[in-house]
Amino acid sequence: MIFVTVGTQGPFDRLVRAVDKWAGMRARADIFAQTGPSDYQSEHIRTERFIDAGEFRRRVESSDLVIGHAGMGSIITALELGKQIIVMPRRASLGEHRNEHQVATAKQFAEQGRIVVALNEQELMDKLDQIQVLDGAERLGARASPRLINTIRGFIEAGYRG
Amino acid sequence: MLQTPAFQSKMLLDDAVHVRGARPKLLAVSSGGGHWVQLLRIKQAFADCEVTFVTVEESYRAQVPDHRFYLVNDANIGTKLALLKAARRLAWIVWTEKPDIVVSTGAAPGYLALRFGRLLGARTIWLDSIANVEHLSMSGSRIGRCADLWLTQWPHLARPEGPHYEGSVL
Repeated sequence: MIFVTVGTQGPFDRLVRAVDKWAGMRARADIFAQTGPSDYQSEHIRTERFIDAGEFRRRVESSDLVIGHAGMGSIITALELGKQIIVMPRRASLGEHRNEHQVATAKQFAEQGRIVVALNEQELMDKLDQIQVLDGAERLGARASPRLINTIRGFIEAGYRG
Repeated sequence: MLQTPAFQSKMLLDDAVHVRGARPKLLAVSSGGGHWVQLLRIKQAFADCEVTFVTVEESYRAQVPDHRFYLVNDANIGTKLALLKAARRLAWIVWTEKPDIVVSTGAAPGYLALRFGRLLGARTIWLDSIANVEHLSMSGSRIGRCADLWLTQWPHLARPEGPHYEGSVL
């Protein structure tokens, strides 16, 4: 099962279309995509514009692979549930976001080896062909680094000793 | 007591001000998607507080079942009318809740909540999203001096005068 998600901010048809095309070429019938406010008519994958937070987590949990835009909601949720994720960043120059930060975010996370990045549709389809889905990837713990938690907790307590 | 340079001086100032008995009231504010996911990942730091969440999606309510929960419309700098509507709503929430602390992981609604919170004497925390790798978000850079604890999640974006780096949500 592959779960595709573009988040809630706007459509990202370039991603959905590429996955749809790949699904047709590879005869994959097990792909579900959350497509945002999009009118794209898919041929080979099932789609839903929006799903709620609970279904989102369930869809990620039950998938072998997540394909997403380079949004932190998608990336962090996939890592928390131990799923491999391929992201294609939204481009502001193509009207897909307000700024170009998704490219930098995606590259930084890819450098750390946490995610796979495809910068365009062809790269995405190539990487989908190459990817070896690993079972039981390590799950990210449910909370932030201890240092960050301690800093915030310390700040809260510091103003509140009575 | 943990002390780091990021807030040591502020702490000394605040010591004289806040002397109360009950648990601190904390207002945690975020937009949707990654902002919300990051807010949940620092939730443990609020364990000793009475926490109220403010966010933009009704379906997030089920993820924080034991807490008070308000909805606000999402907005950004490009949607002035939505920004005004969010500002009115957040002003009302902050006035009603009278939090001791306001914390946000972004974006625009969190910025507004911190500004209103500060006006009413709350101490404020801004944790800029980990998505902002090259520079701070627009809200995150503007919040500057209005955040008593002003944090980035990337060491290379930290500056001596803030934002500070104290780890990340991952």
